[in-house]
Amino acid sequence: MASPMRSLAPEPQFATLEQQTETAQLGMWVFIATEVMFFGALIFTYYIYRLIYWEQFRLAAADTKILLGAINVAILLTSSLTMVLAVNAAKEGRQRALLVLLLVTAALGFCFLGVKGYEYVQDYNSSTVPSVNFLFKSGYHSPAELFWIFYFIATGFHAVHVTIGIGAILVMSWHARRGRFSPNYYSPLEVLGLYWSFVDTVWVFLFAAIYPLGRAIT
Amino acid sequence: MTKKPEPILPYVIAWLVLMLLLGLSVLSAYLDLGFFHPFVNFGIAAMQAAIIFLVFMRLRGPPSLKWVFAGGGFFWLMFLYGLGVIDWVTRSGFPSQ
Repeated sequence: MASPMRSLAPEPQFATLEQQTETAQLGMWVFIATEVMFFGALIFTYYIYRLIYWEQFRLAAADTKILLGAINVAILLTSSLTMVLAVNAAKEGRQRALLVLLLVTAALGFCFLGVKGYEYVQDYNSSTVPSVNFLFKSGYHSPAELFWIFYFIATGFHAVHVTIGIGAILVMSWHARRGRFSPNYYSPLEVLGLYWSFVDTVWVFLFAAIYPLGRAIT
Repeated sequence: MTKKPEPILPYVIAWLVLMLLLGLSVLSAYLDLGFFHPFVNFGIAAMQAAIIFLVFMRLRGPPSLKWVFAGGGFFWLMFLYGLGVIDWVTRSGFPSQ
């Protein structure tokens, strides 16, 4: 069992700590590849329907809150920066900076969820939640509702990923506070950093797919 | 033991470029790009993703074996997209009117 004063010996199945770290990283890259297939298929399907129901998706997307979506992109991009700087701090043995940067990253994650929650409330007030209070506005037909179904499924799944990431960052913060990480052992942080930046990347694609549509000034 | 500090500047520059691309993405929303709109938005997102993968996720550093996994994920995604597009362009009577 790992203790706060962790020994620097690798687990029995690895020859060196370096090999253990590289294996952990590769494991996360495999997981990310599966996540790419998951979100990739979702976004691809969205684009197909967007091309088929061009006008209806344009109408529906105009009701999304682009400012809130863009603020959330900025928040997650900034959190990716703080996360990678936290990993660097661990690598360089700067314990205090590591803890502060991890907590800032978690705080930015909470900010993202807060803005997303506020946006969902706005969506509810605009009567755009399928099966709850969806209102067919002027010009809306059933594909417009399909757009909003995609919106909630995609952003909902993403929010779940962000929530899991925040939980993991808080756990790592706890371990960092107990001095578990050192320049010789920080692979859990490196792996978590990969996950967090990937979740950031997914939001970048979701933003590009959902929000800029239907606002062009002709 | 501490290691030599890694410079912060490349990460900050990457972040600034990402913010700039975000601004472009928002700006493009208000431009009448017609049919090319989704392609422009997707292109900007792809550029942002490339920066995140290369800089923040350190795809350019060791171990080089991770390129196999990252490339494998990308390959199968393109495989999925290819089959998906073939299905879409060859299926008749879809969507049903």
